[in-house]
Amino acid sequence: MLNTDTMRPRGPIVIDIENITKHYVMGEETVHALRGVTLQIHRNEYLAIMGPSGSGKSTLMNMLGCLDTPSSGRYEFNGKDVSSMDDDELAAIRNREIGFVFQTFNLLPRSTSLRNVELPLIYAGVDPETREERAAQTLRDVGLGERLHHKPNELSGGQRQRVAIARALVNNPSIILADEPTGNLDSKTGEEIMALLENLYQAGHTIILVTHEADIARHARRTVHLRDGLIESDATSAATELQTLAFT
Amino acid sequence: MKRFIYELTESWKIAAAQMRANKTRSMLTALGVIIGIVAVTLMGTAITGIQIGFDQSMAVLGDDVLYVDQQPWIRRDDWWNFRSRKKIQTEYAETLNRMIGANEKSNLLLAVPAASWFRTVKNGENVVNNVYILGTTSDFTAISTVDCAKGRFFNELESRGGTDVVVIGYDIADALFPSDDPINKSVLINGHPFKVIGVNTRQGTFLGLFSWDSMVAIPLTSFKRYFTAKSESEIRVKVKDKTKLAEAKDELIGYMRRVRALPPEKANDFAINEQQAFKSTLDPVKNSIAVAGLFITGLSLFVGAIGIMNITFVSVKERTKEIGTRKALGARRRTILLQFLIESTALCLVGGLIGLLIAYVVCMGTRAAFPSFPIQFSVGLVVTSMIVSVMTGLVSGFAPAWSASRLDPVTALRYE
Ligand SMILES: Nc1ncnc2c1ncn2[C@@H]1O[C@H](COP(=O)(O)OP(=O)(O)OP(=O)(O)O)[C@@H](O)[C@H]1O
Ligand SMILES: [Mg+2]
Repeated sequence: MLNTDTMRPRGPIVIDIENITKHYVMGEETVHALRGVTLQIHRNEYLAIMGPSGSGKSTLMNMLGCLDTPSSGRYEFNGKDVSSMDDDELAAIRNREIGFVFQTFNLLPRSTSLRNVELPLIYAGVDPETREERAAQTLRDVGLGERLHHKPNELSGGQRQRVAIARALVNNPSIILADEPTGNLDSKTGEEIMALLENLYQAGHTIILVTHEADIARHARRTVHLRDGLIESDATSAATELQTLAFT
Repeated sequence: MKRFIYELTESWKIAAAQMRANKTRSMLTALGVIIGIVAVTLMGTAITGIQIGFDQSMAVLGDDVLYVDQQPWIRRDDWWNFRSRKKIQTEYAETLNRMIGANEKSNLLLAVPAASWFRTVKNGENVVNNVYILGTTSDFTAISTVDCAKGRFFNELESRGGTDVVVIGYDIADALFPSDDPINKSVLINGHPFKVIGVNTRQGTFLGLFSWDSMVAIPLTSFKRYFTAKSESEIRVKVKDKTKLAEAKDELIGYMRRVRALPPEKANDFAINEQQAFKSTLDPVKNSIAVAGLFITGLSLFVGAIGIMNITFVSVKERTKEIGTRKALGARRRTILLQFLIESTALCLVGGLIGLLIAYVVCMGTRAAFPSFPIQFSVGLVVTSMIVSVMTGLVSGFAPAWSASRLDPVTALRYE
């Protein structure tokens, strides 16, 4: 048997969480969404988070994406302690280090593809010319060079998700977080989006994907299963091992 | 800093897009501000108009002239006491001038007699009743700014000789000579012919009282010849330095007591009046009109501001998910705050501009319809109402913008 842990060449650790919990107090009741999750994610990993509905996938994702802070536990992002940061520091991390892809696309309805993709660059303080150039280039990279000036309602679902992916990519983030990116798409379009994510992974991006479809999760190299706010299993697929072996 | 500018331009673009997307709603909300700004601006023009009319009337009196009269202008006690006083004689002017001349350090410059009576002035069929007839000397030009639109004021020769010449006010000229040039024409004052040698420039007749427009001036010598019987006389004395008005007044009181030969134990049987007395009586009235007017019209602007606040709250609610998305993409609290503040400000600014335009048209209309009504539309007013609009936007947008900036990103993203 191969010992995968020692044989895989690993990038530096991007995400390091230890014993993270999250609970919501709702009147009398307390909902424990996460009960103590420990996880390390390295640069250029492709990870899928799976689990039944209500198991805490989205909660974990929001935590990883610095949208939410844990009730307890430690979270280091690129070596920086995130759990002690204030709102604006978190906003800066989200802006520069994290690219979000949502199930519902979350594009600004009245803005063109180009303007949607420019948004993170505005918040990063990039000047207008560079902004437009980079946004257009990123849109071409995801195959939407012909749709720069279309508004979301003039695009198909798959195209909208591509715009959203371009928006997540444009600031060259450390990780891309996708919560059910194919949830609102038919299976064929879903496969196209997964192919795009695969390309990004091959190009060196770090991707974290939430899904409850095994077909989708198969694309990832590592799968974390959640159940009732706890990690049930954490497995790296054989394909990855073979692939990484081939590289070494 | 650069980022702030980019976010600012971005916010303006969003605000514009937002207004374009919700035209009806934006217009209806802006309407409240439009009405408010129209009301406040019109009130503002009216108040400045009143102020200017008031100042013009006061300027006719002059702030460096003391008036020696039988009674004070503003009477505080029994009118009959003053009524029984000896009249002021026009001859006092010469005596006073001699006294002023004898005192090297005098604070006074020149005394000029002025007699007055209300009489009818006629030119053929055209008649004006109850015209203020002023009889004075050519020195009058030295104490009061006389500005002739046509012709001139009477000279010393005409003044001493008692030539029957007259300088008429603008409105009188208008009424008596609707179509032709009054200069060198003859008018009948109480039946006596006078030759018109000058017409005064228009002053505006707000408060009526002291305006030159409805007045005529003739040499005192002629005045005495025809209308001494019931005329009122006063002496107008110009001071050298208006900052030393109090000293000048004391000096003048001293002279007048000598003229009237009053023994020390007797009280003054004359009054020294000045513009300031009027001002200090009328200013509080004027100010309370201004305050009350601005308060009432301000209420309508307040109602408009509540409309803006309401619509901004609605906008925040509707776009909760968008706020969540923006936060996920790295918008900080300040960015979101700015965005909604600018949206409410943009609405108010549009409302303010439209309101200002309407107010301008109304002002021009009023001016065309009632030329004598003192209405003033100034650059200052435009700037002020723009500032008021912006302030309204900022104040009314603050609460909703603040609540938007405080939204928790996860909650906002989950909002349906
Ligand atoms: N804001 C909240 N307030 C109260 N409870 C919450 C909140 N967010 C999540 N929860 C609860 O936490 C638990 C985990 O929710 P989460 O959204 O992470 O599940 P999930 O795994 O993403 O489910 P799904 O597959 O349906 O999206 C659920 O029981 C949910 O009801
Ligand atoms: Mg979920």
